[in-house]
Amino acid sequence: MHDQERDVASALAPILARWRNDPTALVQILRETQEALDWISPQAIEFIRRALALPHAKIEGVAGFYSFFYTRPRGRYRVLFADNIVERMQGGAALLERMCRNLWVEQGKVSEDGLVSVDTTSCIGMSDQGPALLVNNLSVPNLDEARVDRLCELIRGAVPLADWPAELFAVADNVRRRDVLLDAGLRPGDALRAARARIDRVGTEASNTRSWREGLPQGVAGPAALIDELRRSGLRGRGGAGFSTALKWDACRNAPVPEGGCRIVVCNADEGEPGTFKDRVLLNSHADLVFEGMTVAALAVGARRGFLYLRGEYRYLLDKLEGVLARRRAAGLLGPAILGMAGADFDIEIHVGAGAYVCGEESALIESLEGKRGTPRNRPPFPVTHGYLGLPTVVDNVETLACSALIALNGGDWFAGIGTEASTGTKLLSVSGDVAAPGVYEFPFGVTVAEVLEAAGARDAQAVQVGGPSGTCVGEAEFGRRIAFEDVPSAGAFMVFDRRRDMFEVARNFAHFFAHESCGFCTPCRVGTSLLKNLMDKLANGHGSPYDFAEIEKMNHILQQMSHCGLGHSACNPVLDTIARFRPAYERRLSNRSFEPAFDLDRALAPARQMTGRDDAGAHLAIHGEEAK
Amino acid sequence: MSQTFTLDGEEIPFRDGQTIIQAAHDAGRWIPHLCYHPEFKPHGSCKLCTVTVNGRHMASCTTQAAAGQTVESDTEALNGERRTLLQMLFVEGNHFCPSCEKSGDCKLQATAYELGMMTPHFDHFYPSRPVDASHPEVLLDFNRCILCSLCVRASRDVDGKCVFALSGRGIGTKLVVNAASGRLADTDAAIGDKALEVCPVGVILKKRRGFAVPIGERTYDKAPISETEE
Ligand SMILES: Cc1cc2nc3c(=O)[nH]c(=O)nc-3n(C[C@H](O)[C@H](O)[C@H](O)COP(=O)(O)O)c2cc1C
Ligand code: SF4
Ligand code: SF4
Ligand code: FES
Repeated sequence: MHDQERDVASALAPILARWRNDPTALVQILRETQEALDWISPQAIEFIRRALALPHAKIEGVAGFYSFFYTRPRGRYRVLFADNIVERMQGGAALLERMCRNLWVEQGKVSEDGLVSVDTTSCIGMSDQGPALLVNNLSVPNLDEARVDRLCELIRGAVPLADWPAELFAVADNVRRRDVLLDAGLRPGDALRAARARIDRVGTEASNTRSWREGLPQGVAGPAALIDELRRSGLRGRGGAGFSTALKWDACRNAPVPEGGCRIVVCNADEGEPGTFKDRVLLNSHADLVFEGMTVAALAVGARRGFLYLRGEYRYLLDKLEGVLARRRAAGLLGPAILGMAGADFDIEIHVGAGAYVCGEESALIESLEGKRGTPRNRPPFPVTHGYLGLPTVVDNVETLACSALIALNGGDWFAGIGTEASTGTKLLSVSGDVAAPGVYEFPFGVTVAEVLEAAGARDAQAVQVGGPSGTCVGEAEFGRRIAFEDVPSAGAFMVFDRRRDMFEVARNFAHFFAHESCGFCTPCRVGTSLLKNLMDKLANGHGSPYDFAEIEKMNHILQQMSHCGLGHSACNPVLDTIARFRPAYERRLSNRSFEPAFDLDRALAPARQMTGRDDAGAHLAIHGEEAK
Repeated sequence: MSQTFTLDGEEIPFRDGQTIIQAAHDAGRWIPHLCYHPEFKPHGSCKLCTVTVNGRHMASCTTQAAAGQTVESDTEALNGERRTLLQMLFVEGNHFCPSCEKSGDCKLQATAYELGMMTPHFDHFYPSRPVDASHPEVLLDFNRCILCSLCVRASRDVDGKCVFALSGRGIGTKLVVNAASGRLADTDAAIGDKALEVCPVGVILKKRRGFAVPIGERTYDKAPISETEE
């Protein structure tokens, strides 16, 4: 026991020192604790409690919120298979079973020797190279039987992760089509130098005295010139909502800063929408462009602190990104007096998430940055006036910020000339599923679904889920529609399903996703997403009736009208979209009555069969109308 | 020159900074609610207080009143939606009203009566939520927790403690107490704490006092919640 306490102390002391015993870094401290000790033990919680002077319940509350935090032992190797529908189509489930068999471990449990656990997680941003898994939060893509067997050997041999062959962790960018963004080829600092040139002398001086923190009077050049460029560009947020970036930055710049505070720029790299992975590629190969965009935003709004909120699934990118930040500091592109501009002080800190899709919602993200449970806030006030620690805060998507850097360099008019009138610029699409060449495709806005399908080599597509589960399901008759805010908006996902696929199963997978990711704050979504999941499972088990369609409609109404945030609002979309377009996929599952109870005695006996290790005919009741059809 | 909005057609005056539910309450109008309590910062989570403001659904406990708003609350459509929320709260926990000490004093039960909820409608989830009887004076029966966080706020904002907190996520969200052991007896909870008084349902119960007031003579036995509530 004493030894254990000493181990905990020696592991945690440097972590707490690195985060300056700061309670707002609690999520980061817990994440590093988990990495160091393989779980967050009671002793670790006690140590953190003392160091941060936080109540035990608060730490337990935060630790209990995030999927990647374990307050019970979870094995030295924690394997999580991505359970997105695309990975399912790629055979992920069979590989998971193979691994469980190989390692003698039951899914969701820890092996008897405490070595390993195997379970599933939501999409990990690798659907272009799936099936994929995370082992201790590091990504292993391109799984097949041989690779899974290899992983099993390494785990059984208790080989430390650091000694695993690097090629297991190799992630490809898979960029298939480049346009202005991916082709930009900016050198670090180019956009900032252009921005500085645009800010004339008067503006720079004014920025020292006024605009930097308080905003400039209308009409005076200076950092305001940047926002003017942005306004001319027509740039709209790439994270989903499509809000005007210039309006957001302007609102933040004009928001008063409390005494002793500063403005904040946050890059939203949570990329949690299943089937989306374009931010992964930007961060891996264009990190300078993203950080440059953040710095442009800081110049424009007068921010001194920046955060990159990196989803936990992209933990493998952390060291590389820290390296880019260090290089930029050394080059005078971050830190005090950027490019020698007096008053232009700005630096960026990286926070890593821990498996919670809802933390992509900007106010939940801010809560997480503050070391709390990722619960969306009541709004108003909005983050632009009361964000991180109550300070004016801009939260923008990775791609939005990369575009901002390009606009600072090339001007707003140039950008506005690309795409459509209401949707300027290009869009990165994460194309996955039934296509010959999955990967990232950059197209000007206004491209049709059919053109993207053609480019990606899709044959026989029957549907595309644009924008992920919370987006839109587009059927064949609509392939002429355009990717644009005014037609089919997309936060980036473009999942293709050919005619072999059962669209009911697609929707059911998404219903499970929302139930798993609901934060649990509000009644309609906390309970409604589980009820919807149960309804879909009831249909899948052959116990559906036309009555259940009405139930789904009702659930949709409650979720849309009464939920607290966008997760709940869109949780029924994929089900309704597929009912509208692929009703036969549902009707095949209906039994002929108007009502069917969800309860099934034979299914209820499954745990008994499992306990007795039986699955023969004698262990089943006569099955009623449940042939696998 | 006081400002007003309309609530179901009736002019309601309000002061700057008031929420819709506060102004309605001052005017003697009841809007169903569970996680709202006039003494605490609004939480906005149960959504029972949802009204329409100029046609849009909004939680009235977190929405500021503004001049000229057209607010609807006591409509069949909204009460129907509220019944569904109540049904959700009933099936996600384990509520057996006939055997519950709080019966007759429970706001969940009283609101369900008021809004005419006849059945739970959905299949029950039957979650497993162990009872905590460790404390000599107080019993915690988590089976009935609706996660309104009133105890959390009362402990933090009034008692200056942190006896309760929410943990878990999604349908697994749960109330925890401030002790490594997970037992209320090992926290600094004490009789007299506001946190032990505010639970709208039958989770936080004083021991040996359950039936001091007989069933039939309790708060909502005598008058419906719409006429009783603070
Ligand atoms: C449940 C939910 C999840 C979200 N996830 C993300 C995300 O992963 N990345 C992102 O950029 N925006 C996400 N958003 C949108 C953000 O709330 C916010 O609108 C966005 O970061 C603003 O940046 P933009 O204006 O550049 O798009 C999400 C929203 C919701 C409701
Ligand atoms: S809608 Fe869902 S995710 Fe959003 S606050 Fe409510 S429970 Fe949380
Ligand atoms: S114990 Fe009572 S007061 Fe506390 S969250 Fe649960 S229902 Fe609300
Ligand atoms: S009373 Fe307003 S949301 Fe609960």
